[in-house]
Amino acid sequence: MTNQITQVTLKNGMKVMLKEIHTAPIISSWIWYRVGSRDEPTGKTGVSHWTEHMQFKGTKKFPANVLDKAISREGGRWNASTSRDSTRYFETMPADKIDLALRLEADRMKNSIFDEKEVASERTVIISEREGLENEPTFRLSEAVQQTAFHVHPYHHEIIGDMADLRTITRDDLYEHYRTYYVPNNSILTIAGDFQTKAMLKRIKELFEPVPMGKMPPRLNRPEPEPKGEVRLTVEGPGETTFIQVAYRFPNAAHPDYFPLQVLDSLLGGASGLSYKTSRLYRALVDKEFAVDVSSWPEATIDPFLYRIIITNHPKRKTEKTLAALDAEIQKLQDKRVSKDEITRAVKQARAVFAYGSENITNQAFWMGYAEMFSSYHWFTSHLSNLAKVTPQDVQRVAQKYFQPANRVIGIYTPNSRRSK
Amino acid sequence: MTKRLIRKNGSSLPGPEDIHREVLSNGITVLTRSNFNSPSISMAGYLPAGSIFESDEKLGLADFVSASLMRGTQTKSFDAIYNELESVGAGLGFDSGVHNASFGGRSLVDDLPLVLKLLSESLLTPIFPKHEVEKLRAQILTGLAIREQDTSDMAAMAFDRMLFDGHPYSRPADGYVETIEQITQKDLVEFHRAHYGPRGMVIAIVGAIDPKKAVAAVERVLGGWQVPGQVLPPSLPPHKPIKKTVRHHHVLASKSQSDLVIGMIGPKRNDPEFYAASLGNSVLGQFGMMGRIGESVREKSGLAYHASSSLSAGIGPGTWEVNAGVSPKNLKKAIGLIEQELRKFVKSGVTKDELADSQANYIGRLPLSVESNGGVASALLNIERYKLGMDYYQRYESVVRSVTRDSVLETARKYIDPNRLVISTAGP
Repeated sequence: MTNQITQVTLKNGMKVMLKEIHTAPIISSWIWYRVGSRDEPTGKTGVSHWTEHMQFKGTKKFPANVLDKAISREGGRWNASTSRDSTRYFETMPADKIDLALRLEADRMKNSIFDEKEVASERTVIISEREGLENEPTFRLSEAVQQTAFHVHPYHHEIIGDMADLRTITRDDLYEHYRTYYVPNNSILTIAGDFQTKAMLKRIKELFEPVPMGKMPPRLNRPEPEPKGEVRLTVEGPGETTFIQVAYRFPNAAHPDYFPLQVLDSLLGGASGLSYKTSRLYRALVDKEFAVDVSSWPEATIDPFLYRIIITNHPKRKTEKTLAALDAEIQKLQDKRVSKDEITRAVKQARAVFAYGSENITNQAFWMGYAEMFSSYHWFTSHLSNLAKVTPQDVQRVAQKYFQPANRVIGIYTPNSRRSK
Repeated sequence: MTKRLIRKNGSSLPGPEDIHREVLSNGITVLTRSNFNSPSISMAGYLPAGSIFESDEKLGLADFVSASLMRGTQTKSFDAIYNELESVGAGLGFDSGVHNASFGGRSLVDDLPLVLKLLSESLLTPIFPKHEVEKLRAQILTGLAIREQDTSDMAAMAFDRMLFDGHPYSRPADGYVETIEQITQKDLVEFHRAHYGPRGMVIAIVGAIDPKKAVAAVERVLGGWQVPGQVLPPSLPPHKPIKKTVRHHHVLASKSQSDLVIGMIGPKRNDPEFYAASLGNSVLGQFGMMGRIGESVREKSGLAYHASSSLSAGIGPGTWEVNAGVSPKNLKKAIGLIEQELRKFVKSGVTKDELADSQANYIGRLPLSVESNGGVASALLNIERYKLGMDYYQRYESVVRSVTRDSVLETARKYIDPNRLVISTAGP
């Protein structure tokens, strides 16, 4: 996979990143706005995600029922998502139809209507989305852990928002959010696929440069103080299954410790996107029958967030025993340096995952923008070489530094079905 | 200067000129297609060893067997198998449905021999170690306990039970707690011995490898597999017609959202009206933002985050169903709106524009579905399973265009009767 790209900043401050790939007659276009749930104050939680929904409710040029049909008619796939740090919209289209996606994105960068009636009907849709999430024990546990891990930083709340705010956010709140953050100088357009860069750039300028530059929106900045010690919590709910979530405070993605921690994560929980039955946690917890499953993942974020380990507890085990087995495994990493071979293995796994990802054009356009949101595209292109530079000493050092009990929240979902029946 | 890497015929669609098909002497069909754009390989396939062979008392047996294949073979332990795979970032897994056990894997091209060797050992020489079987049993039982609390799973299970009363499709392939508890190691061994064999097995390999080399690689590890007594699947019994609308509500008291499934029998994949049903369904509950159902239940009424319809068409009778997740207090209202859409659909079918839109969507999205090696491997298996012909994806546009408004209406009326629906809900 080549990583050659063209990067241009338009006159209105919008950044454009283009990557030609001529393996299939497909183009994927992503537009990224630097705003996510981390920018939401109390009382407005969920406003980024709701605004994302409203972006599908139409402009004068592309009314609601016209817009989705127009993309589908051309065989395109499109969607959007909101994360803690960004909001992004994509269209993956047959190569000769991409112009429609570009026109649509240029238009809805400033012309979305946010009709009062549409806001009302979307309110219940989003409440329903949240109710669907609340059906899942692991969502309820995750939300409680996150709320406990962050008191000051807005990573405190879930992206979907708190129910109280979903009931009270107004049309004007949404529209103000849109007008504040959806400006070209706060956005990045990333496109990968079967096009010629020169012609594509010309068309992008025609469509996007007329959108006037806005005031650069400030980002909410409320750093979370260092944790003061381990916190434990319990969530009760229906079912028979006990889940445990252990969440360690983790550095941001641009931090130099992030790469040794990625290697550490590969050793503990397996490489992302692959099976993980020889990972240290699987062997220590599932093979030894403390758990029936375990998964773990770091999240690449702008500010320090969490490294989470989710354990589906074995029905015959007490959670304290399972946690002791987890701690023993972490202790091993802190006490004894891992071998160089283990690091080489983690790098080989990452290389394979990169190769699988390169089969997919949507994925390639995604990574350009995603990496820009918390660091830069260089973060992505130098990923494998940075992993290869990690030493056994690095892994031991970060294991000792970050995997301390004082640095974590432990949440336990305890089933109460017998009582609720 | 730009290098064009798209295939010479200007199409990225698989066709007779680049799909290679060969049947090994023991009956295994191998399908391959090269793609040198990425150094990776996707592999997928199936063999007729699904849950159709199970008794009601041992429901979940086929699934249990497929999940056990990589838990230990005559030469390697569970940990050794996964160590080989994970050390090189490769993957391999098995699954099971009503008719077939299926498998899939991927790797960098250099590691294909390793993946095929493990596939072969898992298929031919699994030993079902007792301690691994018990570990797996605990995992399956926990999975079933989680399923018991899932509104969508519970609504879907009751739907299949009512729609396919007395038919093998009425049963959940992952079984029930009582049936999983009854399955012994001997059952696993015997099921494997009777039903796993080369007859009816199909394997597709797509990626950075020459087709002949791919076939030779399969031949090397699976060409000598012989199972003289391999028991082949029984034919499907007929299903009972639904005489009037039936309803069932499964109570899950503490949930915040209810799930619903409303539907009926749908066509088989090889029925001539399959394409009319599929395009009609696109208008009903797929196109744009989940079609007319999405428009009515989500966009206009704000009742649900997801509300769509789908066809599931395979070897036997399919299902045609509407699914939605709604607030418990809106359940009745949502059902009413869906019934209204179904009535409208069988009364007047689809408009000319609606049909043209869905046809354009089907044709336009095809290159996307075969963009990755995994997508092409699925496409090749689809061709083989339903005998669609090597040129199927190249003929696809004309197949889609041949569907008319009349054929959609006729098909809708053949399958959908708003007075004979199966309505299954789960929630508070």
